[in-house]
Amino acid sequence: MELFLDILVAILLILGCLMSLIAGIGLLTFPDMLTRMHAATKPQVLGFLLIFAGLVIYLRSWAVIPVLALAWGMQLLTAPVSAHMIGRSGYRTKHAAKETLFSDELSLVVNRVNGAPPTGATPMSKAEAPEDK
Amino acid sequence: MLDIVIWICGIMLGLGAIACLIRVAKGPSILDRVLALDVMLLIISAALCLEMVLHKHTDYLLFVVAACMLGFIGSVTVSRFVSDQRNA
Amino acid sequence: MPNKNFEPRDQRIDDALDTSGVRHRATLKQEWPLLLLLLFVWGALWQDFSLANMIFGAVIALVIVNLFPLPPVVLSGRINLWYCVKLFIWFLGQVVAASVHVAWLAMVRGKNTRSAIIAVPLRTGSDLIVMTVGHVLTLIPGSFVIDVDRSSSTLYLHYIDIQSPEDVETARAAIRDIERRLIMAIGSRDEYEAIKSECGPDFAARKG
Repeated sequence: MELFLDILVAILLILGCLMSLIAGIGLLTFPDMLTRMHAATKPQVLGFLLIFAGLVIYLRSWAVIPVLALAWGMQLLTAPVSAHMIGRSGYRTKHAAKETLFSDELSLVVNRVNGAPPTGATPMSKAEAPEDK
Repeated sequence: MLDIVIWICGIMLGLGAIACLIRVAKGPSILDRVLALDVMLLIISAALCLEMVLHKHTDYLLFVVAACMLGFIGSVTVSRFVSDQRNA
Repeated sequence: MPNKNFEPRDQRIDDALDTSGVRHRATLKQEWPLLLLLLFVWGALWQDFSLANMIFGAVIALVIVNLFPLPPVVLSGRINLWYCVKLFIWFLGQVVAASVHVAWLAMVRGKNTRSAIIAVPLRTGSDLIVMTVGHVLTLIPGSFVIDVDRSSSTLYLHYIDIQSPEDVETARAAIRDIERRLIMAIGSRDEYEAIKSECGPDFAARKG
């Protein structure tokens, strides 16, 4: 049993660290910023889950589970926020290269809004909005 | 056996960190650099977890929690600043 | 200068603009999930869930909530724990599958990876569901939200590995599938019924 748990810890730790390595490789090989975002933050969610699981099993203690669950939960909550903020400002400031995109459906809306006369806070696509209820 | 595992993990984390550093040095825009530094922070937290496994203690647990909770503030601040600067 | 000529039924735009100048504040009944979360954070950080510590944590949580008021989060009032558990397990599976996919892309495809920005109109009208769908699909590698059109519940997302119009449709269907699962877990009763009737007789088979 002990040996089995140790092997499990080893596998979890190695897979978790492999996720960090993949994030690094993705940062280097992907062509533009928006694609790099995928490699950067998201494999880490899985990586941290694996590393934390390995840590808990290795320490053989229940007491650390709430702390690590908190850390992982906080990562779940905060990672999308930073991804969204970076992606949004990257898209708006033309930092992100557009030539590797297959299609861009947001640009249609952005162009239409930029071309339209300013109308305050009127929602931009009222006419096309699907009826909620 | 655990020594070997820690070595393998350490090497992988190190390679990941080097890749991040290259992206920080090369990155065409500031957002690329912030992104790479974000990954760097996560790699450092992972290394802290590894160290806790190696020496079998829990002293760094709160550092890891703090990194996970506050790590996003840096990138949010920078991206906010970037878009404000361009729009002004 | 906020425009006051919005239609009155559009409550979401109303509270975004906050035209009346009145600050909307959450009541205690709306805020108990936040209080529980703060309590859990306190206990986890001290690594001590004893009664005395919990009471002190509750006091601090109440003080924090009253000192830094937030606008209310409108819950739907319906939750199905079984679908929540299913959603979470499915989510973990998706994260693993998609991580492998992104890893394969990073190592094999590299510079030739193509992606797309797609618009996904959602069926729901609730802010909470839109936000949660955005969160879940951002956490699953391969897609993240760039922009949201709140008035029409449309998400604009960046989706990796898209090479043909069929891929775009597949991606859109995948996002609407996430929305379906979330509505089944925490959506309001009306939306749940709508989803149920939309999926038709094979509803039971597609519960997944």
